[in-house]
Amino acid sequence: MSTRETVDFRKQVVEDVLEIYPEKAKKNRRQHIAVKDSECASCAVKSNAKTVPGIMTARGCAYAGAKGVVWGPVKDVVHISHGPVGCGYYSWGNRRNLADGEIGVDNFVPFLFTSDFQESDIIYGGDKKLEKIIDEVVGLFPNAKGVSVLSECPVGLIGDDIESVARRMSEKIELPVIPVRCEGFRGISQSLGHHIANDAIRDHLLGKGPAREIGPYDIGIIGDYNIGGDAWASKKILEEMGLKVVNIWTGDSTLEMLQNGHLVKLNLIHCFRSMNYIAKHMEETYGTPWIEFNFFGPTKIKESILKIAAQFDDYIMEKALKVIEKYAAPMQKVIDTYRPRLEGKSVMLYVGGLRPRHIVGAYEDLGMEVIGTGYEFAHNEDYEKTIPALKEGTLIYDDVTALELEEFVKKLKPDLVGSGIKEKYVFEKMGLPFRQMHSWDYSGPYHGYEGFPIFARDMDMAINSPTWKSIKAPWTK
Amino acid sequence: MRQIAIYGKGGIGKSTTTQNTVVALAEMGRKVTIVGCDPKADSTRLILHSKAQTTVMDLARERGTVEDLELDEVLVEGYLGVRCAESGGPEPGVGCAGRGVITAINFLEENGAYTADTDYVFYDVLGDVVCGGFAMPIRENKAKEIYIVTSGEMMAMYAANNISKGILKYAQTGTVRLGGLICNSRQTDKENELIEALAKSLNTQMIHFMPRDNEVQRAEVRKMTVIEYNSTHKQADEYRALAQKIENNTMMTIPTPLSMDALEDLMMEFGIMDM
Repeated sequence: MSTRETVDFRKQVVEDVLEIYPEKAKKNRRQHIAVKDSECASCAVKSNAKTVPGIMTARGCAYAGAKGVVWGPVKDVVHISHGPVGCGYYSWGNRRNLADGEIGVDNFVPFLFTSDFQESDIIYGGDKKLEKIIDEVVGLFPNAKGVSVLSECPVGLIGDDIESVARRMSEKIELPVIPVRCEGFRGISQSLGHHIANDAIRDHLLGKGPAREIGPYDIGIIGDYNIGGDAWASKKILEEMGLKVVNIWTGDSTLEMLQNGHLVKLNLIHCFRSMNYIAKHMEETYGTPWIEFNFFGPTKIKESILKIAAQFDDYIMEKALKVIEKYAAPMQKVIDTYRPRLEGKSVMLYVGGLRPRHIVGAYEDLGMEVIGTGYEFAHNEDYEKTIPALKEGTLIYDDVTALELEEFVKKLKPDLVGSGIKEKYVFEKMGLPFRQMHSWDYSGPYHGYEGFPIFARDMDMAINSPTWKSIKAPWTK
Repeated sequence: MRQIAIYGKGGIGKSTTTQNTVVALAEMGRKVTIVGCDPKADSTRLILHSKAQTTVMDLARERGTVEDLELDEVLVEGYLGVRCAESGGPEPGVGCAGRGVITAINFLEENGAYTADTDYVFYDVLGDVVCGGFAMPIRENKAKEIYIVTSGEMMAMYAANNISKGILKYAQTGTVRLGGLICNSRQTDKENELIEALAKSLNTQMIHFMPRDNEVQRAEVRKMTVIEYNSTHKQADEYRALAQKIENNTMMTIPTPLSMDALEDLMMEFGIMDM
């Protein structure tokens, strides 16, 4: 097919798939889907809008964004899921944000703390119970550096005053107690939860720690949650460049890192969507600059290293060039190994708020082509950054529904689908290679020079697994 | 069994009217249960002669869960065999009193509080229908008739009109109907005529005009209904009359709440707005 034919075919696919909806839903969903086309200047995709009721969305809620994404990885803080047990239980341990430390001593990431609301807590309010829990927590875990209170829906409904409990208990236990008003009914996706979580860091921690001298090469990584060790892989490159990573938000981070986030020469922002708010705040209030970077795949890594080094002096630039040189050969070896096996293979992605664009370069390094991509909870500026990175004819879908994604995949026939746990088995049962691109499918890291060989191996393993040749049912043979 | 909910502005005399009327029904040989739906838990003191009945929610809180309660711990028999329960709930400003009402009513129903020999269940509900919880007594399969206690005072009439809006919602989706307005007199000007007119506008009746009498006060101080404290007093007969009217009432309507303008016009007509 020529590019023109591809564009037209995919546009027709969109129309065909949307046909099943009632008129109003069809009109709504059409605004969220586009095919990149030279004729459309920006190929505007509507985003950050309320999901059409009745369709199957993969989105989460504000609590998921605040607890699961932003606060959960902070390792020396006890995070209380405040409300009935379900929200805490079902968000327990299913995000692979790794953290160093002694579990139960200075690392509480694998734990779940919940106030386990009962009917009487709803009726009589949960403030007293919350006080008791905070007391118990610092008694059991004397090394905890603080407590976060992540509010579930009922707490907001019954009007509990968690702010005053936090203030009172903070004085009593002489540690920060941070109330986070991330009730799940707020907003239209997890995105608002990120914002609320950012605001809580701003209001309760940032600038309130022990001050620290800023070294000439001190930097922070913002918005890397250390999935499968990603932040460690990124840190390795940056330190080889002569920079000193003093803070990571929030993968493997400590409370003090959140207090001192502004005390660096430069903040590197990985997941823009979940932490742009606080990065902008640090710039406006403390004059701490920030830039975006992308450590997926050698091409993007090289670009990013040069971009970061350009913010510093010749010493750093010199070291940066050496880093690029040092890894050129091993990366070429990875490409030589896997590219012949993956060349020309197509992939469709559907992930959160960053990877649908950030990972494209890594696939391209392997000779693969991203033919469809979309975000669960991105905003307009995310799509504006995405579209230039995509090839003509790429299908772009925002908050894609279960049905649409399944149908798009059936029609576009990619060689690989990269999405989350909710999608994984749907596509594997269709006989399609699949990789979880939220959790790295129990693998990782995928970032940096350390991550790329693992990424390449995993994609090859998925696509070229002999399993797919054996899936034909015996009766159809 | 008839289930009846009593609504009205806070402080209008719902609990006093309910208890006195219920005792009059009991005197007529009826088996009656009162369910207080107010965290203040003062719907049964005149029947039980005590301020603090153990409430469903307070005991549930003590035990940990409502499943750990026995019915006879929270359903107590008082004067003339009237059975009393209080939902209970939080002190003002915390938690969710509405959920407390829901939980308590469900508990009473599920545990057989409404026995086959029960003739009447009266729900004495807090002030206004502020949230879903306080509408619990008028949902499906619960109270089918409602009486609103009001007076000729402007705010009491505003409240009565607002409550009618709540009833209208549930009347359209269920079977609840408005049985009438009970005018608990505050001796305002042309009170009788005004409430008659309001009732007419709301597509209902003023089922009884309850005159003001200090005997009610004297009985209340002694934690008694008028019938028990001074059975031959004329005020006791007023409650007997109301009980008889409720017993015989067949006028069950879907209310037609007034717009604010129409309500104010009505008040103007009877001279209230001039004051």
